[in-house]
Amino acid sequence: MTTEQTPGAPYLAQFAQVKAKLPGRRLSWLKDLRQGAIERFVSLGFPTLKIEEWKYTSLSPLTKTVFGPASQEANGRAEEGLRRFLLGEQPCHRLVFVNGRHRPDLSHVGSLPAGVTITSLAAMLEAEPELLEPHFGGEDQSDGQALVALNTAFMADGAVVKLAQGAALEAPVHLIFLATTQGGPAAHHPRNLILAEPGSSAAIFESYGGVGTESYWTNVVTQVKAGRNAAIRHYKLQCEGAEAFHIAITQADLESGSSYTSFVMSMGGRLSRNEIAARLNGTGVDCRLNGVYLARDRQHMDTSTRIEHAKPGGLSREVYKGVIDGEAHAVFHGKIVVCPDAQKTDAHQLNENLLLSERARIDTKPELEIHADDVKCSHGANAGELDSEALFYLRTRGLEEERARSLLIEAFVAEMIDGVETEAVRSNLRKFVSSWLPTVANGKGAA
Amino acid sequence: MLEIKNLHARVDGQQILQGIDISIKAGEVHAIMGPNGSGKSTLAFVLAGREGYEITQGEVLFEGRNLAEMKPEERAREGIFLAFQYPVEIPGVSGMNFLKSALNVTRKYRGLSELDAIEFLKLAREKLKLLGMDEKLIQRAVNVGFSGGEKKRSEVFQMAVLEPKLAVLDETDSGLDIDALKIVANGINTLRNPDRAMLIITHYQRLLNYVIPDKVHVLAEGRIVRSGGKELALELEDKGYAMLDSADANAAA
Amino acid sequence: MAATAETVKTVKSVTDEYKHGFVTDIEVERAPRGLNEDVIRFISEKKNEPAWMLEWRLKAYRTWVERFLPASDPTWARVTYPQIDYQNAYYYAAPKTKERPKSLDEIDPALLRTYEKLGIPLKEQEMLAGVAVDAIFDSISVATTYKEKLAEMGIIFCSFSEAVQEHPELVREYLGTVVPYADNFFATLNSAAFSDGSFVYIPPGVRCPMELSTYFRINAENTGQFERTLIIADKGSYVSYLEGCTAPMRDENQLHAAVVELITLDDAEIKYSTIQNWYPGDENGKGGIYNFVTKRGACRGKYSKISWTQVETGAAITWKYPSCILQGDNSVGEFSSVAITNNYQQADTGTKMIHIGKNTRSTIISKGIAAGHGQNTYRGLVRVLPKATNARNYTQCDSLLLGDKCGAHTVPYIEVRNRTAKVEHEATTSKISDDQLFYCKQRGLSAEDAVTMIVNGFCKQVLQELPMEFAVEAQKLVGISLEGSVG
Repeated sequence: MTTEQTPGAPYLAQFAQVKAKLPGRRLSWLKDLRQGAIERFVSLGFPTLKIEEWKYTSLSPLTKTVFGPASQEANGRAEEGLRRFLLGEQPCHRLVFVNGRHRPDLSHVGSLPAGVTITSLAAMLEAEPELLEPHFGGEDQSDGQALVALNTAFMADGAVVKLAQGAALEAPVHLIFLATTQGGPAAHHPRNLILAEPGSSAAIFESYGGVGTESYWTNVVTQVKAGRNAAIRHYKLQCEGAEAFHIAITQADLESGSSYTSFVMSMGGRLSRNEIAARLNGTGVDCRLNGVYLARDRQHMDTSTRIEHAKPGGLSREVYKGVIDGEAHAVFHGKIVVCPDAQKTDAHQLNENLLLSERARIDTKPELEIHADDVKCSHGANAGELDSEALFYLRTRGLEEERARSLLIEAFVAEMIDGVETEAVRSNLRKFVSSWLPTVANGKGAA
Repeated sequence: MLEIKNLHARVDGQQILQGIDISIKAGEVHAIMGPNGSGKSTLAFVLAGREGYEITQGEVLFEGRNLAEMKPEERAREGIFLAFQYPVEIPGVSGMNFLKSALNVTRKYRGLSELDAIEFLKLAREKLKLLGMDEKLIQRAVNVGFSGGEKKRSEVFQMAVLEPKLAVLDETDSGLDIDALKIVANGINTLRNPDRAMLIITHYQRLLNYVIPDKVHVLAEGRIVRSGGKELALELEDKGYAMLDSADANAAA
Repeated sequence: MAATAETVKTVKSVTDEYKHGFVTDIEVERAPRGLNEDVIRFISEKKNEPAWMLEWRLKAYRTWVERFLPASDPTWARVTYPQIDYQNAYYYAAPKTKERPKSLDEIDPALLRTYEKLGIPLKEQEMLAGVAVDAIFDSISVATTYKEKLAEMGIIFCSFSEAVQEHPELVREYLGTVVPYADNFFATLNSAAFSDGSFVYIPPGVRCPMELSTYFRINAENTGQFERTLIIADKGSYVSYLEGCTAPMRDENQLHAAVVELITLDDAEIKYSTIQNWYPGDENGKGGIYNFVTKRGACRGKYSKISWTQVETGAAITWKYPSCILQGDNSVGEFSSVAITNNYQQADTGTKMIHIGKNTRSTIISKGIAAGHGQNTYRGLVRVLPKATNARNYTQCDSLLLGDKCGAHTVPYIEVRNRTAKVEHEATTSKISDDQLFYCKQRGLSAEDAVTMIVNGFCKQVLQELPMEFAVEAQKLVGISLEGSVG
């Protein structure tokens, strides 16, 4: 009947149905915010290839399906799915979300130093909504703004990490988002807030995964606010289910003297996009965005970053490496903007890609936009297959081709993982890499 | 030729030179020695007019003219040459073209005719031969891909071509092996003449074994703490800069 | 080598200001203002074109009106300008003569004087051997030199209009095969309204013994210039082609929307060099040429090569991406560019290297210099298609900023569909270091001379790709373009 409906329209209808059940429904500011957001989403629509930042990522597989609200019926699959994401013996403060909702029974926050709050968004909206209000609804100019708006309309839960001035958290905060979808495609819209007041420090690790083979959509927004001289390490593992869609938008606002170090490993999902927008709003900010993407089969994996140097004396370093196998399509879009005021900026970016198979595909677009003269900015990008000389060398030393290939791919990725400072996270990521490697290293793509 | 009177200078808001007096006549070679951080390079840059090197007190007269009123290129054209401690690389600019342009602006300034490419090449080759240096110094881009020793030789060669009245050599001996040192020293001696003054800035006295100075000044913490003949350099070599602790006391007295 | 010296005066005798900004007072015949099918028929008729040519123009015109005009000018480039009123310009302006001059003696003396003033000698007897010139004045080719001598070797070098008359089979075979009539907004406009241009055909195995050169001049007011160049290098042939451009200083902006198509067959090579010195507008950004140009080459044959070298110092806005389609196995594409934007100039320029054949190679060297309020963007695409086994690309983009009001941007697109490809891209942005400046000043050079010298050093890799005398003139042009940028 509704043949000419726009892809966004079903979500407007869904919103009307669920809005009365969303957390914080008694807060008028939040009601207005959600209403404004859904209208904004409907008017913007899903991003299309015509938007420069979405040039290489078509959302049509996503928009063909209408994702309903996630069912909150408990099923026994969460415990089983959780296991491989856990950090083992290492101490951490853990919050677990299943199908978008906090599961206290699976979480373990433990004791926290004074001035540190780790809780769920839903709980925070009940207990201290006034603390959250100022952090929502600011002007959003991100490339995926339509999807941020959709998240704002539907956000039901997520993590809130709040660090008071000078608070230093030693053990990492581990946020695990698990989907156990059953009975039709569902969407989750987690919303995370990391609020670091001046001089505070912490490491946050987000893990995303799914149980089963059903289709679902994670549409997550994470806001990081680092006050003066705060130091945030922010890690992420995206290992969603094979039929999942994963769109993540991280916005980091960085004040003078703060440091923000991000590492993202993407390996799951059918179609995924990891978008990071870091704004260096103060002087002397140190911003590092690193990561790897491991794509195979028919996966589509998009990494889109934007580093905006708004004030003088900032340093940014970015290295993303990709390994692409099968018929996978990887996209890297990295933009560095240096505003007129941001003299003495030092920015470097590198994107390296390893193509393992005949039908693997990479589109990369590193981009510099420079409006200040006293700067040092550079970028590099490359794509190609494994170094045949190195491969040959290893074989002359007696290694079989398959083993040699595996060794070289591992080295290519390990170089990045080794840079992850938090030991518990590093070893967890290594485990995931080694489970991935055997599936690509056989050189079948070589034909 | 050069009168440095009670010179105080500041760099980045920090007072480096705290009252220096030196007087150099045409034909004289003076050496300035001193430990790291004593202000030697600062003095060189103040003489050449580098931006950010601010004279706060005292003055420097070159042939009676106040240097502070002259732009760096004007000082160069008047005949002040600085052999840099760290000569900078200028990619894509051929050494030949660079030096020819430098020579011609100076010649023009002095009312002489400009040299064309062929005349210049002839002159350059003569100077290279005189100094016993290789022609590749002018074939490549300015200082690009030069070894440390080549850079220093190139500075001496540029001095030979530009024929300055006053040459300031800032640690031209540093980082050289003994053979390179001899070539550089030989170059300096060749260019020594009654109309030219030289100010050799060095950390070690070994260059002074080959280039015998008329006077040696010892710089410490922005002041000349001792002045003397060439034997002062040997004394320093012998006793090290530690001797300055007592010397300092003498100077202050 | 001294041979090219004369032609090279294109950009010579340069002093403080834009030297080519004078207007020639000459009687001009125009088509009515604006563009419609009647104007196109008028142009076609003036040129006595065959029906197929008119049909092609009309097809392009209809596409432009139906597909492109409603969507307006392309907006993806980083350039801004007020909407152009396409119906307010003249699309055809020609020096009034009875018919095309048979020999140079019949050319209006005022025209000859213009070219003399610009340093372009049109009198063959006064020229040294080595360069053949086709001069385009507003819309019309006014003289082509050395034609007979080249004809002896089977080389065709003539105006585009003449080629349509004399060599219709070649024009029909190749026209629009590299840049189709419906390619993009400006190329389609050109296909409808192009007035003249140069045509070159080099027969198999012939190495063209002299540089071929086209000199473009916009003179008339409110006139767009839409020339079209087609160069075909048949198997095993070689040609080096130079193009230079100037225009009078006028307060209004003028549109230049040219199309260049290059085709190389097996083992052939075309070297195409441009020194673009259109009037850039004044120091407040008033006036200047809109240089919206589509240039593309197809390496159709195996082991063929196309290299583009450009020095873009003029024009208020430059929108230009000389590209190579590497179809033939083992074919090679090169793009070397210097683009300078000073005052309020804007440039969005780069290239596309499309790797289709096996073992195809491409190299991109781009040097962007922004001064004053200039905005300088490199935009380039490297695409390796699935069958392009062992494709190689190396790209180096360096930007230099002089002053804190300008901008330099680098936007590379790298699309790889074949794992055996090796694609490398590097880019840097910086300013001239204080150390370099001081070193030069200590040797007696003024700040301006030092900057010119350092910038020329920065551009050297590209300038050395130009024929030698052109390179010398290009160096001077670099200095002039930067005038006023050193505080």
